[in-house]
Amino acid sequence: MAVAWLLFVALPRWTRPATSEASVPGRPPEPPPSEAATPRIKARLFYLTADGMRLQPTEQEVNFGETTTAQARHLIEAQLVPPQPPLVSAVPAGTTLKELFLTDRGDAYVDLSGELVKNHSGGSLDEILTVYTLVAVLTENLPSVTRVQILVDGREVDTLAGHVDLRRPLARTTTWIEQPAQSQGPAN
Amino acid sequence: MPDARRTYNGVVTRLLRIAVPALLVLAAAAAPQGQSPPASPLRLVSPDGTRAVPTVISGDTELIAIDDLAAIFGVLVREDAPTRAITVAYKGRTIVLSQDQALASISGRLVSLPAPPTRIGNRWHLPVEFVGRALSVIYDTPLELRKASRLVIRGRMRVPRVVVRHDVGGNQARVTLDIAPPTPHQVLQDGARVIVRFDADLLDASLPTVQSQGLVQAVTSDQTSVVIETGPRFASFRATDQTAGADASRILVDLMSAAEPAPSPAPGTPGAPAGPEPPPLPLPTTGIRTIVIDPGHGGDENGAKGARGTLEKTVTLSVARRLKAALEARLGARVLLTRDDDRTLPLDDRAAFANNNKADVFVSLHANASLRRTAAGAEVFYLSLDRADEEARRVADAEGVAMPVFGGGTREIDVILWEMAQTRHLSRSAALAALIEGQLRTAVPMSPRAIQQAPFRVLVGANMPAVLVEVGYLTNAEQEAALTNAPFQARLVQSLTDALSRFFTSEPSATPAATGGPQ
Repeated sequence: MAVAWLLFVALPRWTRPATSEASVPGRPPEPPPSEAATPRIKARLFYLTADGMRLQPTEQEVNFGETTTAQARHLIEAQLVPPQPPLVSAVPAGTTLKELFLTDRGDAYVDLSGELVKNHSGGSLDEILTVYTLVAVLTENLPSVTRVQILVDGREVDTLAGHVDLRRPLARTTTWIEQPAQSQGPAN
Repeated sequence: MPDARRTYNGVVTRLLRIAVPALLVLAAAAAPQGQSPPASPLRLVSPDGTRAVPTVISGDTELIAIDDLAAIFGVLVREDAPTRAITVAYKGRTIVLSQDQALASISGRLVSLPAPPTRIGNRWHLPVEFVGRALSVIYDTPLELRKASRLVIRGRMRVPRVVVRHDVGGNQARVTLDIAPPTPHQVLQDGARVIVRFDADLLDASLPTVQSQGLVQAVTSDQTSVVIETGPRFASFRATDQTAGADASRILVDLMSAAEPAPSPAPGTPGAPAGPEPPPLPLPTTGIRTIVIDPGHGGDENGAKGARGTLEKTVTLSVARRLKAALEARLGARVLLTRDDDRTLPLDDRAAFANNNKADVFVSLHANASLRRTAAGAEVFYLSLDRADEEARRVADAEGVAMPVFGGGTREIDVILWEMAQTRHLSRSAALAALIEGQLRTAVPMSPRAIQQAPFRVLVGANMPAVLVEVGYLTNAEQEAALTNAPFQARLVQSLTDALSRFFTSEPSATPAATGGPQ
């Protein structure tokens, strides 16, 4: 975690102290920096492993955000971009980020477009991997984010496709992330 | 090399010695007029007793001489040379056969036969099928030919067809008897033999060749019984009757060994019971269990979809119905489906249905999908908790509510929060998941991650051991075909039934009192 934090605190040349902001619900998003001036950092995005059973972390460059909220938004937006083959994303194509805010408890509220549900394959494993792609991209890159609540079109949803309970924020877990050195048994 | 050549020449010489006479015999058999007796004689069974029916094999056809037909069945047979016809008469009714055609005419109705009448020497012969297809039509008592069983049955005889199958699974064995028509019977134990005795005149039995040297050593039959010869490990049996429509029934004889090892959870399974299990009971004897089976999705929610259009909601309902029948028959359990048709059902209603019916076990059935088309295999899930859940669980477990009761005073009621209902059953859910995974592994392909925990909504509110079983991947072409296939579904059902049976057997006093469960 510390490494990830250092990555986008220390790497950019215009490093500034990380703000201790704690965004509150309803706070309007910061205007994005202009494209030409946008610095980039390295972050871990998550795609399906070859067997489709887990998420494979993949290091990529994403836009730098001046605040944790802005960075979270950039991370989600980068994750939603359809990857180049052979990478396959568990997040359905066409899904867009509508809103994102953080609470001072470390919960991220991520509001996504209806394509997240509409374009979903319907399988429970894909649903798990869709959900935990979004959880992982925030909690693995941003140590201050510990849980992720997924919203669809501004509303809480029970599930995306009838399986994973989305009524409450989901905590960071490594269960679904490929970790070759670790045990394959269930964990939580 | 010389040695090798001598050996080679010796082999050729021996082969020629064997082959030449064999070829001569074959040539004789293939001659136009060649006949041979059947490998097994045809038997006539009637209230008067049993007698052999002489027949001969000519080419591919088994034939009976018309004078034997007359003697055995009391018919009058006449050859009408000018019209090249043969007539068979019985009590004023007549069958006419043409000497040139494989047909019989009965009052203007034509019946086909495998071959036309055949003259062998100076005797006319008819295919034995004539008895079942033509003679039975004009006969005044029932007449039935069962050629494969080598039987002709005359009169009101009770000769049920009994097809016996033997299956071995773990430390159990099952002998399945399919009976047509349904016949009254008793299942008895006589020392090391389990005997299924039928109220019948004769059994038309088809028996398996038993190779196992385990619980079942052999299956034999006599006039009216099927006899299961058991091995030294045999301790007890359980017989269950099933109805298979109006015309057939089934008896399942499950044989249990004396020391069936306790099921062990998968290595590394968190929450699984630690330490040695208590010795299992030989049979589930703790009363009628209630099992709720939840066919996933339904109605507007199709669930996953295969490339050929197979819908998850259809597969889950099909498997659930089969599973219900199997559990009722084999465990004598009360089995309820959350849905028995194609309807939309909210997830919480499914668990509430199990709670309201005080189910001992909740099994949600699903079929999976993956963006990776190669993903395949069954998986078993039980609920995962995060740290916040576990903290809430400790709080919830400590809470009780004092409720006023009729007549004064109060009573402590264990109120269970919906969100926490499953948490108190997690270790038993883990044990159940491990048992199901172990049984499925013997019968169907398994996913590389066959047992997992996930925050599945349908399991959260279930106030009993609860698992979600993904039976396979509809997005895998091979699995999509298998999941709609009756034998594959039967294997799934057999495994799930075995696992639930073991689960109940391993839990002599199962469910903790669940007062005030979430509704």
